[in-house]
Amino acid sequence: MAERNKYSIIIPTYNERLNIALVVFLVFKHLRDVDFEIIVVDDGSPDGTQEVVKQLQQVYGEDRILLRARPKKLGLGTAYSHGLKHASGNFVVIMDADLSHHPKYLPSFIKKQLETGASIVTGTRYVKGGGVHGWNLMRKLTSRGANVLAQTLLWPGVSDLTGSFRLYRKSVLEDIISSCVSKGYVFQMEMIVRASRKGYHIEEVPITFVDRVYGSSKLGGSEIVEYLKGLAYLLVTT
Amino acid sequence: MKHIVKIMTLLVGISALWFGLLMTSMVPSSHTLLLPIYFITCLGCYGLLMVGVGLMRFPTCPQEALLLQQDIIEAKDYLKQRGVDVCSE
Repeated sequence: MAERNKYSIIIPTYNERLNIALVVFLVFKHLRDVDFEIIVVDDGSPDGTQEVVKQLQQVYGEDRILLRARPKKLGLGTAYSHGLKHASGNFVVIMDADLSHHPKYLPSFIKKQLETGASIVTGTRYVKGGGVHGWNLMRKLTSRGANVLAQTLLWPGVSDLTGSFRLYRKSVLEDIISSCVSKGYVFQMEMIVRASRKGYHIEEVPITFVDRVYGSSKLGGSEIVEYLKGLAYLLVTT
Repeated sequence: MKHIVKIMTLLVGISALWFGLLMTSMVPSSHTLLLPIYFITCLGCYGLLMVGVGLMRFPTCPQEALLLQQDIIEAKDYLKQRGVDVCSE
């Protein structure tokens, strides 16, 4: 008899007062017969995200939605670690709050893991059944170029390295996160590459990625330089 | 072993092969000396080809944007009735 699985969904937020409500609704809509909790790690959003989370707790229950806030922006990696400390499930899902990761794919992550016994299930935008919307040619070009470069240099074993819609076995996430030091999306790459090097069973499911509707993207700045630095770092240290 | 060690081993192996070809002169050395340039050029072309092909075949999903809009309307209705603040900024 398989033990009951519980899924802890960690969602880091910063100024996502509308998106977090929409995401929570959609998670509850698509995960009917699943034991799960949502852990919102908010980095002191000035727009009132935490107030909205408290309202959501009144609707769905404080045992289903946990608010584990931090005083200020402390970065994505530490947000996951922080959320992980409060996770009571044996599986952990990480996803973005801006609706680019649609909760309707959560059942397919869970199903894939149950079917294959994988330690990690990662969403990929680059295979048939997956896809993106709202990307102009330049963004597609950089994404594809970055992907080819990373595949050539790192042989990672997954098709989407920078994606951050993933399901981890909790023990596996704890193991990997302790050995990752990068920041931002290079952190996502580092996690999956280290997992691949350590020999963890990784499966992929196609996901669609619709560019965010509300709010402002946290992406900006000299990403190409950061990306190349990140690749070089991963090339040498993994 | 670390990934970089694997890559280095591969490069050393290829270099040894190239060196061997130079030494034994089975192939005229003028050709052999240019082999690394050919190799890097081929690698570059292959990379560009991969980028181009991938760009052409990049999966897109315009219908997902519509579905998302529907989801947002449904969510806003449900949450508004239950006292959650869903006005956009």
